[in-house]
Amino acid sequence: MYRETEIIKDAPQFGEPGFGDLVINVGPQHPATHGVLHLIITLNGETIKDIKPNLGYIHRSIEKMCESLTYRQFIYVTSRMDYLSAHINNHACALVVEKGLQVEVPERAQVIRVLFDELTRIASHELWWGAMAMDLGAFTPFFHSFRERETINVIMEETCGARLTMNYYVPGGVMWDLHPDFQKRVKEFLALYKKKIHEYDELVTGNIIFQNRMKGIGYISAEDVISYGCTGPVARGSGVHSDVRKVSPYSIYNKLDFDEVLETGGDSFARYVVRIKEMHQSIKIIEQLIDNIPEGDFQAKTKAVLKLPKGEYYQSVETARGELGVYIVSEGGTTPYRIKFRSPGFSNLSALNHMIKGGKIGDLIAAMGTLDLVIPDIDR
Amino acid sequence: MWSFSEIAKNIDLWLNGLVGSTWALVLEMVIAGVAVIGLFAALGLVLVIMERKVAAWIQIRLGPNRVGPKGMFQSMADTVKLLVKEGMTPDGADRLLFNVAPFIAMIVAMLLMAPIAFAKDFQLWDMNIGVLYITAVSSLSVIGILMAGWASNNKYSLLGAMRSGAQIVSYELSGGLAILAVVVLTGSISLTDIIKAQENGWWIFKGHIPVIVAFIIYIIAVTAETNRAPFDLAEAESELTAGFHTEYSGMKFALFFLAEYINVFIVCAIGATLFFGGWMPLHIGNWHAFNHIMDYIPSSVWFFGKTFFLIFLIMWFRWTFPRLRIDQLLNLEWKYLLPISMINLLLVTLIAILGWHF
Repeated sequence: MYRETEIIKDAPQFGEPGFGDLVINVGPQHPATHGVLHLIITLNGETIKDIKPNLGYIHRSIEKMCESLTYRQFIYVTSRMDYLSAHINNHACALVVEKGLQVEVPERAQVIRVLFDELTRIASHELWWGAMAMDLGAFTPFFHSFRERETINVIMEETCGARLTMNYYVPGGVMWDLHPDFQKRVKEFLALYKKKIHEYDELVTGNIIFQNRMKGIGYISAEDVISYGCTGPVARGSGVHSDVRKVSPYSIYNKLDFDEVLETGGDSFARYVVRIKEMHQSIKIIEQLIDNIPEGDFQAKTKAVLKLPKGEYYQSVETARGELGVYIVSEGGTTPYRIKFRSPGFSNLSALNHMIKGGKIGDLIAAMGTLDLVIPDIDR
Repeated sequence: MWSFSEIAKNIDLWLNGLVGSTWALVLEMVIAGVAVIGLFAALGLVLVIMERKVAAWIQIRLGPNRVGPKGMFQSMADTVKLLVKEGMTPDGADRLLFNVAPFIAMIVAMLLMAPIAFAKDFQLWDMNIGVLYITAVSSLSVIGILMAGWASNNKYSLLGAMRSGAQIVSYELSGGLAILAVVVLTGSISLTDIIKAQENGWWIFKGHIPVIVAFIIYIIAVTAETNRAPFDLAEAESELTAGFHTEYSGMKFALFFLAEYINVFIVCAIGATLFFGGWMPLHIGNWHAFNHIMDYIPSSVWFFGKTFFLIFLIMWFRWTFPRLRIDQLLNLEWKYLLPISMINLLLVTLIAILGWHF
């Protein structure tokens, strides 16, 4: 129904409203959508009149797939949803299964999970930072951010055996114990990060062109954030108190000392600052935990075949992009009867039209960059 | 050894002896044309590999390092690839304009080679209206881009061409005014005279702050005029995929690509000529011994050294800055650069009238 040919057929004639508008398909293959997102934008000159996201290009029916997999298996499919925060997706699924089974997760496993969650968050924000700078036409930041992200990937690879879709969490804990070098590597990473982080501000944040491109662009008010259901840095950039780690703490987050980053600007620059500061907060969490990993089991004893009691279970976590909710309806069998993911990217994308209407094409790219969209997370 | 003027003179004498003077002129023109095309190709290869190496250096990576020693033949391999690729013309494109546009971009770049003095007494055409010629011909480059954008039958191309038109036309103004600063100081629009006037010091050192301001404005304006980042809105790849050359492939794309790099070379060569004395060695007033030592460095080395320094500067911009938005781009020109360069021109005129420059 969004085929370009049909739009041309119904195009307004001379004298009708909308005559002279330029309808452009941004995507499914476009350098700035970072995936197969398809936006149909209506332009008047350079000014954007309307944006219609057209989804479904990478729909793999992950929810349906999860319904035919057992409670141990379905966790690993969710790594493929928001592939940049795979650990955190797995964490949400593990938590909801543990909630159903009423399993007590060992202290060591919880600390390991939080450590990996925060490393994932930093890695995800690093990639976002580089990709967003690239959207704005600056190539070099991408290489700088990948320099740090690479060290995180090495840490992941050592312990989990994979660099992107780690599949490390299981119901009741984590799959294996930590690699012996884990603490050393993380400390190396922290040292590198502290040495290099000032380059980020020097290269991008303080740049006058960058600030002009970001400030006042893509404004969304706190009320609109709530009505669109935006979460994560998008909501916190508008001053909405929405960090799940603070609002309804899971795992050991209530015992940790970190701040929820809130900015009140509501524009692209506020969202940018929120993410940069979140990286600092994640570093703070890692520093608290890295020397205090308790000894003990890394996995709770669970039955070979997991069966959730009949009922409904919900758990939400804070991924790098916002609130990820996992909702499971169980009929008492070995597989979920119905599973539903509330993914942050979908709601954040829905606010795009509201943010950008009346802006220029360059604003669309800049604001889309600060939404930090991961397309499989939207389509699932 | 490196004196091109001697070589040129000898060739001229030899040809005049061999055939009549008319045929000698024709042959010399052919030789000059072939030389320009050869220089064109060589510069394209050098600048592409230079850009990739500079980018790699800025981005803490190695850059091309497989083809030839340290990857220096990479651009040759790329050229071969572009030559054997199919040059497609999309459906619904205006075939004539689509195919002509890359050549117009090339021809404009070639024409601009004519008045540039590459070394002492070595110039294709020592015209007395050099500066006027350069400003006039360089405005033609927008026609090739507009043609390409219009003829491609692609909305991205059209938007890119539209942006490019607005951009080049605006930035020509402050670029031209910056050039005028040097013209006012010299009192001549012949490039030879401008170089001669810098015999006891380059304008950038002699002309006080206004000339430095003019130079900064010139560098900004030519970066915009050649569609290079941070002003690469015409081909902003994250916004318009590839802008005006989205639909071009193979050699037709390569011609645009080459024209872009040659344009960068030419604007830097003109910048070096106007502000850094072209082939003129670094002379400081009455320091005769120093000036004499500097004269031992061949004039072509001076010219290419200065030009490549400016090219490096422009490449440095590209790999450091984010891109501007179209309205910010036009604001920068009309609200800031143009008024500043107008006032600056008045100051330069004052300096020239009162003879305050060295």
